[in-house]
Amino acid sequence: MVQLTLPKNSTIDKKAGKKFAAPAGAKNVRSFKIYRYDPDTGANPRIDTYDLDMDACGPMVLDALIKIKNEIDPTLTFRRSCREGICGSCAMNIDGTNTLACTKGCEEVKGDVKIYPLPHMPVVKDLVPDLTHFYAQLASVEPWLKTDSPAPTRERLQSEEDRAKLDGLYECILCACCSTSCPSYWWNGDRYLGPAVLLQAYRWIADSRDEATGDRLDALEDPFKLYRCHTIMNCTKTCPKGLNPAEAIAKTKRLLVERQG
Amino acid sequence: MSTNKAVASKATNRPLSPFMIGPFYKPQLTSMLSITHRLTGLVVTLGSLFIAGWLISLAAGPYWYEGYAHHMLAWYGQVLLFLWSWCTLFHLCNGVRHLGWDVGFGLDLKTAYLTGYSVVIVSAVLTIAVWILAYAA
Repeated sequence: MVQLTLPKNSTIDKKAGKKFAAPAGAKNVRSFKIYRYDPDTGANPRIDTYDLDMDACGPMVLDALIKIKNEIDPTLTFRRSCREGICGSCAMNIDGTNTLACTKGCEEVKGDVKIYPLPHMPVVKDLVPDLTHFYAQLASVEPWLKTDSPAPTRERLQSEEDRAKLDGLYECILCACCSTSCPSYWWNGDRYLGPAVLLQAYRWIADSRDEATGDRLDALEDPFKLYRCHTIMNCTKTCPKGLNPAEAIAKTKRLLVERQG
Repeated sequence: MSTNKAVASKATNRPLSPFMIGPFYKPQLTSMLSITHRLTGLVVTLGSLFIAGWLISLAAGPYWYEGYAHHMLAWYGQVLLFLWSWCTLFHLCNGVRHLGWDVGFGLDLKTAYLTGYSVVIVSAVLTIAVWILAYAA
């Protein structure tokens, strides 16, 4: 259902935010305004402000977060792993769009750097969203090679042209930036699969080695799972890997129409 | 399957992260044109009832027509008609854009932005052209 405001327990308590000043003598100071939620107190979320000396900080937003956690406030909680845009852990809403903290430069942001968890998700703590439902949806499209023919004695071969059809699909790191940027996923995420999962579904539909294309299309032929996509294109706009989920979804819709003959 | 809202509100009392376009998510051409398409669709439908009423008044005879036309030709009627005409033309132009996407044209971000801005400009130009023609006639 369309919902335009946050539930009572989720509204931001504007008076509760703490301020952490920059060290004396810092010349290049920037403010980081970061969403905080502590499940131990259960109090409403707040925004803490950290003033950082950028002359003593790495260039990326993730560098700033790590600096805050190491030197200023060890309670700040966020996911991170590879710090080079391949694991998808540090996906968050930075400066009003979803992206990876590790590949987003602080200099790309004008003014204060505002950081929130991925939108419209249950928050475990601070910048850590609960992705349980997202992963369950991914599992529902059975993202693996399915075959009926007997296993060959060697690899299942694929022509160069067929392999090229997977470019722009296999690179997805499942960071969930796109799905959580999609208004349709906000309103109908319980039943609509969302751009990330639909791109994965198409990745297997498009694979020449997969023999379950018909079943996969059957599973998607549903007013909610697939057709809640209204080509808004927030997904493609926000993808930190430069992929195009909207196009993958449009191609899936076309295949469904074409097979009706 | 557990839903995000159910997970958010179960015993853990997890909050729902902020999402609203404007204060938390940037308004972008992508989402703005999408919501405008929906709103103009609504206005076009409602406005069509007034246009239909105008035609019905014409069929009903001079007494009814003059009463109806009096309001439609008054300044407020003209303003509403102007807005309705833009909504119609925007919905038409953006509808063509959506049809393009449905057949697989213009789904890359660059083209989507180009066609997006084009729809805004073309619908504005067409609206002005229609009104110039209407008043010139």
